[in-house]
Amino acid sequence: MTRTPQSRFFGRMDGDIAGILLLAALLIVILPLGLDIFRLNMVGKYLTYAFVALGLVLCWGSAGILSLGQGIFFGIGGYCMAMFLKLEASSPEATKIQSTPGIPDFMDWNQLKELPWFWEPFHSLSFSIVAVVAVPALLAFIVGLAMFKRRVGGVYFAIITQAFAAILTILIVGQQGYTGGINGITDLRTLKGWDIRTDEAKLVLYFVNAALLIGCLLLCLYVRRSKLGRILVALRDKEDRVRFSGYDVANFKIFVFCFAAALSAVGGAMFTLQVGFMSPSFVGIVPSIEMVIYCAVGGRLSLLGAVYGTLLVNWAKTMLSESFPELWLFAMGALFIGVVMVFPNGLAGLYQQYIAPHLRRLTARRSDGAAAGAPIIPPHTAAD
Amino acid sequence: MANPTDYLLAVEGLTVSFDGFKAVNDLSFYVDSNEIHVIIGPNGAGKTTVLDLICGRTKASGGSIKFRNRELTAMKEHQIVKAGVGRKFQNPSIYDDLTVFENLEISYPRGRTVFGALAFKRDAAVRERVAEIAEMIFLADHLDQRAEYLSHGQKQWLEIGMLLIQDPELLMLDEPVAGMSVNERKKTAELLNRIIRNRSVLVIEHDMKFVEDIAHRVTVLHQGRILSEGSMERVKADPKVVEVYLGH
Repeated sequence: MTRTPQSRFFGRMDGDIAGILLLAALLIVILPLGLDIFRLNMVGKYLTYAFVALGLVLCWGSAGILSLGQGIFFGIGGYCMAMFLKLEASSPEATKIQSTPGIPDFMDWNQLKELPWFWEPFHSLSFSIVAVVAVPALLAFIVGLAMFKRRVGGVYFAIITQAFAAILTILIVGQQGYTGGINGITDLRTLKGWDIRTDEAKLVLYFVNAALLIGCLLLCLYVRRSKLGRILVALRDKEDRVRFSGYDVANFKIFVFCFAAALSAVGGAMFTLQVGFMSPSFVGIVPSIEMVIYCAVGGRLSLLGAVYGTLLVNWAKTMLSESFPELWLFAMGALFIGVVMVFPNGLAGLYQQYIAPHLRRLTARRSDGAAAGAPIIPPHTAAD
Repeated sequence: MANPTDYLLAVEGLTVSFDGFKAVNDLSFYVDSNEIHVIIGPNGAGKTTVLDLICGRTKASGGSIKFRNRELTAMKEHQIVKAGVGRKFQNPSIYDDLTVFENLEISYPRGRTVFGALAFKRDAAVRERVAEIAEMIFLADHLDQRAEYLSHGQKQWLEIGMLLIQDPELLMLDEPVAGMSVNERKKTAELLNRIIRNRSVLVIEHDMKFVEDIAHRVTVLHQGRILSEGSMERVKADPKVVEVYLGH
């Protein structure tokens, strides 16, 4: 049979789509049936990090740009959503015992007399939703423009993103009156009058989150399949060759960095909705590095792998923290070293190496005689 | 001397210094349309630096590079490519993780902006052009292969193909036959002679046999300056050239 690029392309597409369907079945059918609402809400929380991991697969896996500051964008997305919810929870009636009713409680504690100007637009839900994506993307654009146009890359870029994560944390903690400080923005209650703290709301939000994640996964798949996706891989490999093929390399890096930032921010906003608060502990260096580990464990080259990696690492974190809280940081360190040294392509890499060939042989045997040799590449489901 | 505007490429007074060391010193030369111009010279003569300067990888300290009367020294790399200058690197510079098809497709001159690349469709025109180039560079049977697994010579051809698909008016090649077998070298010479129609080629090469086969005009560089220029016979007979270069 002739193996045109076309047939290979579709062969691979079937595999990815099947993998996404399997993931969707797990998230939308199996987990809700098997878990109580408390655990399901926890899975929902883990899945918000998967948005960050997806962004990292494109940014770090495809394009080779390691950002150690994705917490910045996760956090800003989360804060944008939290600001809206906080304002709704701070109606004059609800806050009439404050010395200045109608402003968030932490502002009152910090002797603020009126709402700061940049809080004003967050009275509007539509503005807040746009801001969730637009503010982090804009910040990423500015950082990307400053770095990539000057050809700052590799380790230097990673360090600078870390510095930004540290700066933002310090800023949030220091400006307590405007941001809620170290406690973050807490005591969020309703979304347009709908109580987000009830079990039903948590269930609905879980499904919204899962659907958004699948949507983002498909979007990422589209980007990877486009020529842009291949250019990202090309510039990871030979940046100069791409440049001397007529591309302005910096623009492509800025794009993928902004895209990853916007994805992270969607995760952050969904985190705020499901967990009911946002604080600087999700912005700084440590959470940013943890997010890179989720992606690394799952496999930085695999979109699906990153989602499974995020779920697994967070599940392990919860299990360990419940029984041996002091062990978690050591376990995470060991995990990261293990990934780097033993399986650099993560769970997805292990799957591709050890499980996929067996599956392929099985499927080939089953369809004995019929169209053998068709490029069957099964879905990379890293773990079920 | 003829009016420089007649030339496809006019390099005049080109100088670049790295920390005071003049790698290229007041260099002037011209490339005609449809000419194969070879630059030779001993190691460290500044040959690769000249190509780096023309394609914008290195910024000149002085002098001018005019390509069809457009000043290249003020342009960015990707603009120089769009103006019609293609450059092949010394070591095969291809995308190992992509297939031969994808390597060629990325070099296809369409959808070079971010959103153009997102919306890029692999249509019949692209597939035909890739197939045509692959045929030309002897890789028609390897389109689906990851470029990583090509032989050294095939990688060199692939990179030449990636430039051809851009259809540049000036093609710059940095040691295109280095590390090739005799057979591959012969095929490469044949390939170059075929692709020069409607374009000029500026080649850096060490292999004198190969240079004799292809060169229309030769420039000999030594310590950043021109030692001799002209046809291969003239250059070979030049005592200065024999002394510093060919004599060894």
